[in-house]
Amino acid sequence: MPLSLLRKLEILADAAKYDASCASSGGAKRNARDGGIGSTTGAGICHAYTPDGRCVSLLKILLTNFCRYDCAYCVSRRSSNVERARLSVAEVVQLTLDLYRRNCIEGLFLSSGIARSEDDTMSDLVAVAKTLRLEHGFKGYIHLKTIPGADERLIGEAGLYADRLSLNMELPTEAALKAYAPEKDLGAMKKGLATTRSCIEAAFGEAKPARGRIGRVAPRRFAPAGQSTQVIVGADRSSDITILRSSAALYSSYDLKRVYYSAFSPTGHPSAALPDIATPLLREHRLYQADWLLRFYGFDLRDLEQATPEGMLSLEIDPKLAWALAHRGDFPLDVNKAPRERLLRVPGLGVRAVDRIIAARRLAALGLADIARLAGAIGRARPFIVTRDWRPRSLLDDGALRRKLTPRAKQLELFG
Amino acid sequence: MYWAPMPIDADAVQFRAMARRCLTLDIAPPKVSFASPDAASLFDRVPEVDAPASFSVPKAYAELLKLAICHQAPDRFSLLYDVLWRIRHGEASLADNPADAAVARLNDYAHNVRRDIHKMHAFLRFREQRVDDRTVFTSWFEPKHFILHEAVPFFVDRFSTMEWFIATPIGTAAWNGSELVYGPPAERTPPPADAVLDETWLTYYRTTFNPARLRLKALATEMPRHYWVNMPETQLIPAMVAGSGRRLQEMAARAPDLAPRFAGKIAARPAAPLPPVADALSAVKEEIAHCRRCLLHCAATQAVPGEGPADAALMLVGEQPGDAEDLAGRPFVGPAGQLLDRALAEAGLDRDRLYLTNAVKHFKYEPRGKRRIHQRPNAGEVQSCKWWLNREIALVRPRLIVALGATAAGALSGRAVSVTKERGPMSFGEAQGFVTVHPSFLLRLPDDSAREREYRNFVADLGRVASA
Repeated sequence: MPLSLLRKLEILADAAKYDASCASSGGAKRNARDGGIGSTTGAGICHAYTPDGRCVSLLKILLTNFCRYDCAYCVSRRSSNVERARLSVAEVVQLTLDLYRRNCIEGLFLSSGIARSEDDTMSDLVAVAKTLRLEHGFKGYIHLKTIPGADERLIGEAGLYADRLSLNMELPTEAALKAYAPEKDLGAMKKGLATTRSCIEAAFGEAKPARGRIGRVAPRRFAPAGQSTQVIVGADRSSDITILRSSAALYSSYDLKRVYYSAFSPTGHPSAALPDIATPLLREHRLYQADWLLRFYGFDLRDLEQATPEGMLSLEIDPKLAWALAHRGDFPLDVNKAPRERLLRVPGLGVRAVDRIIAARRLAALGLADIARLAGAIGRARPFIVTRDWRPRSLLDDGALRRKLTPRAKQLELFG
Repeated sequence: MYWAPMPIDADAVQFRAMARRCLTLDIAPPKVSFASPDAASLFDRVPEVDAPASFSVPKAYAELLKLAICHQAPDRFSLLYDVLWRIRHGEASLADNPADAAVARLNDYAHNVRRDIHKMHAFLRFREQRVDDRTVFTSWFEPKHFILHEAVPFFVDRFSTMEWFIATPIGTAAWNGSELVYGPPAERTPPPADAVLDETWLTYYRTTFNPARLRLKALATEMPRHYWVNMPETQLIPAMVAGSGRRLQEMAARAPDLAPRFAGKIAARPAAPLPPVADALSAVKEEIAHCRRCLLHCAATQAVPGEGPADAALMLVGEQPGDAEDLAGRPFVGPAGQLLDRALAEAGLDRDRLYLTNAVKHFKYEPRGKRRIHQRPNAGEVQSCKWWLNREIALVRPRLIVALGATAAGALSGRAVSVTKERGPMSFGEAQGFVTVHPSFLLRLPDDSAREREYRNFVADLGRVASA
């Protein structure tokens, strides 16, 4: 008996939910004032949250969960006993438009198992995006997977219709890939990321100064929200610093907007090669914090290496605090004088708080209460700063500082 | 003490008119009470004025007013007036000072309003209905603040080709495809059935949830209960939460899957035959692609083998691929390669007839943010990679090998070479060689005249090589 559309949706959304990326931000601004349907504001919207705390922004779904590959961490690997399904291009388009019209989603996130060839799979993904854009005038957000090993021309076409492209590395080292996804070709994956970066840059390169106009004409649209990747955390035994080292190489090589970290999660279809044991979500959270330090706080890998003596980030305290405790000599900092890059190193002060402090201190010398107001909280920052009316005395020398700043284990909140 | 009557949902226009009156009459903030026009007041109304003062306000204040005025807190009027008064009395940049208590409070209000607008864009759900012969999408939404006019244009942008109607306790908005009409406050009515929302959407919402990642705090902060009334999916949450523990236990108890039949068939398929290798040089290139002789392959995209005819008379050897070569998989295609192309053309050499390669086949770099900073390969890496260079030389057997830069010269001669001192002919073992600079050296020269002079020298070197 053929599966109902709802049942197919269930199977293929279940298979897609292990992808952490659901961003609908970045890229071009569009609206439907001139026809079609949909808009993007550049900011991204989370239309709902499920009890796992993740946002629902896009209809995240696979075209099919039939797959030739046998990657141990993946619920759709060929040796998994899940129910299989396949949606037609028309069915995905219909589901997307139906949910979009009810304001449930920002658009579509489409991935796929590789049932036949890489090129067939990539062509099908492109066909969905193309149909939405050209036949339905869809202006919402589209995120497509690029399939490693697919023809460069298909990736070149995907970027014309998609806002974002992504290709998941899934594992941080070649050794891990050999162990858990032996049929995957690391070289093909890297080349896929390289192709997308080259396409994005070529589109920008074509933007020529317009005749008789100052400035450049808008670049041709190619994946305006850039590309991203995902690494599964805790499936293999790679340490945090190994993962971060791999991320730093990926960011610098392929102009990635994001590296997503996804704590390995049981699927209910365990592989003999990989026990179905969840990685603590806190580990994933610490990796995101460290990733942020690398990208927005002026930290480099060496700083993080110093804060991760065993190669692992502390689960108890955040990586910036860990770094600061290892560099007490650099503190306290006078918030009324310190330059921005130094303020960004103070535990508990985020980028927004630092920028507010810099704006406010031009007008008046700041006190501790001002910092509390600007930063939202003062607990972690206090031992590391000097203000108009505050100077930490013995705090910084106190061997128990780490203990004082370690948040107490909170009880799991319950509600119903 | 004066009474400035202000309806609770007063907008920026009403507030501005009243504030102008108060300022014209020089009424200091402590002397005025903004209160509902319906409430009895002990104070005198702010008198009408014939010609209220006209003045401009700083941009930061105008922006703060636009959003903060939508907040439901009754004290927003007095806070806004207080800040306005102080701006007009010597504190011109007050609205830019987030540390000021009144400004901080108004910033909070603006933030809450912005968030409420955002949540309306996110959490409003349309239901498809047939009305007469038309399809109309209707919605009930309960915002926290007076945001209707700020929030609704978003839906016009997005759903301009649909007919829709949004009802809220603070007013309605109707769009017929061409015109937006606001109406008076509405009351909630039972939502009409819509199969897509009640079945497709709920199925998707339930399925995309991962029970192994229960994080209720994030749910509570990002999707406050206040908004749940508009969202049919929220009725599923209690059962999803309650059932997650059992689902996890069931998962943990499962034995590894027995592979389905098709898995065995796929595994048994013979591997695709490798394409036949045309010649020995192509075979070497194929081997280079899988080289693991040192660690440089880890961070690079791919190995970049040499390129050119197998019977080339001239072989040019550079240091290593750069960023562009690493992406393209071809040597000398980046900025240095383009400069080399120009110089070759001027020297009368045809790139297509040369064999171009590098001493080291993988790009060595240090990641710095979004860029890769070139790093010189060390002696060990050069030594490991010499294996490939030797095989390329042995197969191509060029009449002359040109070393571009010190790394190539060192690799070819087996000793440290100073390009400045030893520029010119040099024998590389049995092969005849020539040493000159690497084109990237020219790109790094800071001043134009030095760059032009060195470029001429480089072209002259290539000229000597061409006629050799």
